[in-house]
Amino acid sequence: MSVRVLLFGRLADLAGWRERGFDPAPATLSALRAKIAADDAALGEALCGKGVQVAVDKQIVRGEAALAAGAEVAFLPPMSGG
Amino acid sequence: MTVRLLTDVFDPGHELTAFCAGRTESGAVASFVGIARGEAGAVTALELEAYPGFTDAEIGRMVEATTVRFSLHDALVIHRHGPIAPGEPIVMVATAAAHRRAAFEACDQLMDYLKSRAPFWKKEHGPDGVRWVEPTAQDLDDLRRWE
Repeated sequence: MSVRVLLFGRLADLAGWRERGFDPAPATLSALRAKIAADDAALGEALCGKGVQVAVDKQIVRGEAALAAGAEVAFLPPMSGG
Repeated sequence: MTVRLLTDVFDPGHELTAFCAGRTESGAVASFVGIARGEAGAVTALELEAYPGFTDAEIGRMVEATTVRFSLHDALVIHRHGPIAPGEPIVMVATAAAHRRAAFEACDQLMDYLKSRAPFWKKEHGPDGVRWVEPTAQDLDDLRRWE
C-alpha cells in the first residue's frame, strides 16, 4: 500500500504534478520529505518553506507524524481565502 | 447549517429563496454574494483550488463557531472552485437569526473569514500571465475586527 501525496497552489506548479503515490509507503513524514527531496531538491526545499502546512488524512499535523499505509498527505501553501 | 463547494455556476436568487422558505421564527435573513471582478480586462479568469473534504470541513468549523457566537438559527455557505469567469458568483453566505443585527454581523464575519483564512488557493489569469494571490492587508485587518 502506498502513501498518496497531494500538492496545492504554487507547490503543484513547481513540482509539475498535483498527486502522486509513493510505494513502498514511507513510515514517517520526515522519510516522505526525504524521498521527495531526493527526487526533486527544489520541491523538497519548498515543502519546508514558510507557511507551508501539512495535513495527514485531512487533519493538520505539526512536526513529525507516522504514516499508515494508504495515508493521504497534503502539502498546503499559505491559503489565499476565497 | 450547510456548506457546499461547487464547480458549476449557481443561482443566488434561487438559493436565497430556498434558504428563506418555511421560516416562521427567524425574523431576519442577511445574505451576501461575491462576484468575480474583471478589473477592466486585467483578469480574464480566476481559478480557485480547494481541497474537498478539508476545505469544507474547515469552513464548517467556522460556521459552527459563528452560529454559536451570534445565536443563529441557520447558516448557508456556497463557494465555487475551479475556473470562474468575471461576472460569475464565487461565494454566497446567508444567515438566519431572530433579529437583523445578529444576521448582518454573522454574515459580515463569515465573509471576512472566507476572504482571508478559508483553505483556497487563488490564481488570476490575465494578459500578463498567471499569478497566485494571497490575502490583502485589508482582508487581514477586516478579520481582526472580530477578535
